[in-house]
Amino acid sequence: MRIALTLNGEDIAAEVEPRQSLVDMFRSLGLTGTHTGCEHGVCGACSVRVDGQVVRGCLMLAVQADGLIVETVEGISQSGEIADLQAAFHRLNALQCGFCTAGMLLTAQELLTMNPAPSREAIREHLSGNYCRCTGYQAIVDAVAGVAAERLGR
Amino acid sequence: MKPPAFDYVRPGTVAEAVAAHAAASDARYLAGGQSLLAALNLRLDCPDLLIDISRIAALRGIRREEDQIVIGAMTRHAEVAADPLVSQHLPLLTQAVAHVAHPAIRNRGTIGGSLALADPAAEMPACAVALSARMQVTGPGGARTIAADDFFLGTYQTALTEGEILTAITIPIPESTARPGFAELARRKGDYAMTGLAMMGGPAPRIVWFALSDRPVRARQAEAALAEGQGAACVVDLATAGIPVEGDQNASPAVKRHYARVLLSRALHARGLS
Repeated sequence: MRIALTLNGEDIAAEVEPRQSLVDMFRSLGLTGTHTGCEHGVCGACSVRVDGQVVRGCLMLAVQADGLIVETVEGISQSGEIADLQAAFHRLNALQCGFCTAGMLLTAQELLTMNPAPSREAIREHLSGNYCRCTGYQAIVDAVAGVAAERLGR
Repeated sequence: MKPPAFDYVRPGTVAEAVAAHAAASDARYLAGGQSLLAALNLRLDCPDLLIDISRIAALRGIRREEDQIVIGAMTRHAEVAADPLVSQHLPLLTQAVAHVAHPAIRNRGTIGGSLALADPAAEMPACAVALSARMQVTGPGGARTIAADDFFLGTYQTALTEGEILTAITIPIPESTARPGFAELARRKGDYAMTGLAMMGGPAPRIVWFALSDRPVRARQAEAALAEGQGAACVVDLATAGIPVEGDQNASPAVKRHYARVLLSRALHARGLS
């Protein structure tokens, strides 16, 4: 099926099979920052932003994105939107293998947009749908809490 | 895994969707897709057509009609969570929806999808029963209304017949004295509940369990005791009286009965009953 969407600020058209997931379409386009993990909505590695909201890229079909605005970690990195989060993750070792990182960044950014001063508990709760199998949660929460404080201080 | 191949259509109206279903040999309606697409990826189901009803405008949104709140079936969980009409008149839903999976799932998943799926451990079906909701349904035979009490028939089984679409949920605005109560036990935040409780107080209280049985189930004996003004200990003793509790991978029936007593006891104490 022929679909058209806005991907990371660029209008694109693509020919997709109905069964192709959103994350698989992006990866086939060379945008491999979004990862394919469990493929049934549990792990959060495939997180992408659709019309401004973070969703599971494995639980949405590419055809469902027809006409919508979609952003991946590549898009929100290059725009500079999450530069401070990325720097904090790097500085605090909030990633080890990096498989979960794209999803963590998108989800953390969504939280900080909705709630600029989250408690550590609120951070943990909002990130609870994103699994880090290196179990580096402590550092991830540290990074998000640190960025929240930095942004409020600005 | 990847799902098997299927065709996909996105009709603009309910009538077109019902017609597409009737013309197909093995179609499924696609709502938010947060359970259906997972099931397809796991190859637990293999329809030949998905009919995407999630963008039908008439199925979206929350409004007040006289003394009831009407929630379009394709309204997303995140929209229910943020809606001022819901938080003002149906705080039970506002409390409960925060327990539905994770934020990213709530951004896509719909209240109608959750109700039509009828997972026995899901929050929304129990809330629908606790709030005496009425399910608005349209299918090949026309439109009809089904009371929530009669809607859930078993695990993933509802009173919806072949080709019918749940279009809206109509909930009578509870009396201001009818305080809600909601609690669930889950191993991790966002997991399906091991045992859950949705209740409404007032003169005709409703105490509804989920994840105890194959469907949301009312604790009618406990409701009667509460309505009669019995003390919390007496009501808690009747928590699962007459209810067929089923064990699962989380807990045995005996453990679930214990969890139910704990949840109901907490809920009653929270409303000052002792």
